[in-house]
Amino acid sequence: MSHEVVEKNIGLMVVLILLVISIGGLVEIVPLFFLKSTTEPVEGLKPYTALQLEGRDIYIREGCYLCHSQMIRPFRAETERYGHYSVAGEFVYDHPFQWGSKRTGPDLARVGGRYSDDWHRVHMTNPRDVVPESNMPSFPWLAEDGLDGELTPRKLKVMRLLGVPYTDEDIAGASAAVKDKTELDALIAYLQNMGTVISSRR
Amino acid sequence: MVDSEFEFTSNFWNIWIIVLTVGNILACWWLVRWTSKPTAGEAATGDITGHTWDEGTLAEYNNPLPRWWLWLFYITMIFSAIYLALYPGLGTFRGLLNWTQQGQYDQEIQAAQEKYGPLFEKYAAQPIATVAGDPEALKIGQRLFLNYCASCHGSDAGGSPGFPSLKDGDWLYGGEPDTIKLSILDGRTGAMPAWGAVLNDQGVDEVAAYVISLSGRDADAAKVAAGKTHFASYCAACHGADGKGNTAMGAPNLTDNIWLYGGSPGVIQQTIANGRNGRMPSHRDFLGEDKAHLLAAYIYSLSNQ
Repeated sequence: MSHEVVEKNIGLMVVLILLVISIGGLVEIVPLFFLKSTTEPVEGLKPYTALQLEGRDIYIREGCYLCHSQMIRPFRAETERYGHYSVAGEFVYDHPFQWGSKRTGPDLARVGGRYSDDWHRVHMTNPRDVVPESNMPSFPWLAEDGLDGELTPRKLKVMRLLGVPYTDEDIAGASAAVKDKTELDALIAYLQNMGTVISSRR
Repeated sequence: MVDSEFEFTSNFWNIWIIVLTVGNILACWWLVRWTSKPTAGEAATGDITGHTWDEGTLAEYNNPLPRWWLWLFYITMIFSAIYLALYPGLGTFRGLLNWTQQGQYDQEIQAAQEKYGPLFEKYAAQPIATVAGDPEALKIGQRLFLNYCASCHGSDAGGSPGFPSLKDGDWLYGGEPDTIKLSILDGRTGAMPAWGAVLNDQGVDEVAAYVISLSGRDADAAKVAAGKTHFASYCAACHGADGKGNTAMGAPNLTDNIWLYGGSPGVIQQTIANGRNGRMPSHRDFLGEDKAHLLAAYIYSLSNQ
């Protein structure tokens, strides 16, 4: 088969191009779906509670991932500041993961327990009240907007479909668990849980 | 974690990666060889292949790839073969160098430990008050403070409402060097109960008036008198009969006109009615003794110069 055949037959060229460009993904991406360290949860990892899951949706809605990453890389400079580097098994219940790729603000992978709930309340309402140098936007509506919990059971169901081990009781109690909570409560619950399953320094 | 890094759910994927990777390199080799060799019936080198475009104004010469370009292809293939032999890449094969990301990280940590470890040890062996007089230690302490403490206590350690200033000489839990270190290591949890339900609005108002009077400010005399009685029954257990506080339980001194949450009548009433539960997180696991030691020295130095 000479070049001429391929160059003059666009259908054949499409097939051959697809074949060539799929090889990288087939070798580098597909096997990761079957690698134990990326598919099995680290010891002690629990699925998000209903409130944390709602908080995660707020995190996504407000675009937190645009300025905050959730991925501590295995370099000393990072682990000194943030704690133990992130491992794949911590994210198996994240659909989709919130690793991010931009750090205008600090990494949040281990922010859980690092600050008090009160700090988060003040900070989310107006970051400059606690960190005068901060350029993070204010999110004052979070403290005012309540959760109705209407869609919470469905969110848990979808997560279960994706492999998160929620029980029927979890789903049944999901609405009640977020009732009377504000969006800020949910977001703080999400943040305070983040990265806490690995507490060792390195 | 390291052990499962190379573990697949089935060995099929190990073979899959090896076959596709090695197969690709061999296929590239074959392709480069095949296309660079003349085939029967094609135009001679230097002649036009016969393809023409743009109404015959563009034609294609049948020239071989420049030698250096051709060699770049071979070099990349040789490079990949050497790389795959030395480093992990071929399925679960770990490579001849036994290199891991974890191993490289451990090396980096070890190198830092050898460099900075003795420095931290030197200071850890000295009492905090002594370290607080060492300019070099204070520089390190300040760096650590900016990194780990400033987001709550402020980069100037001046604090903000709800997050105490560390340089005003006023201490909730005590300002002795070892107490400061303990606060860093184990954290603190404030426990001011809510008195709104017990005192009612009027009672809260009266106690607030009395508390305001404690720091020498003007307040309604009748309310102050009534508030004083409430204070003795409800507040004195923690804040002391004279309102000077108790560092053993983190009850603030109410007579010094320094306010963690604000000293306006409204905020004081809010504090009495709803209580306060300020929390300083524990840093024992995160920072460790040595860093806490230097931090305590830096913080101690701020109000003891």
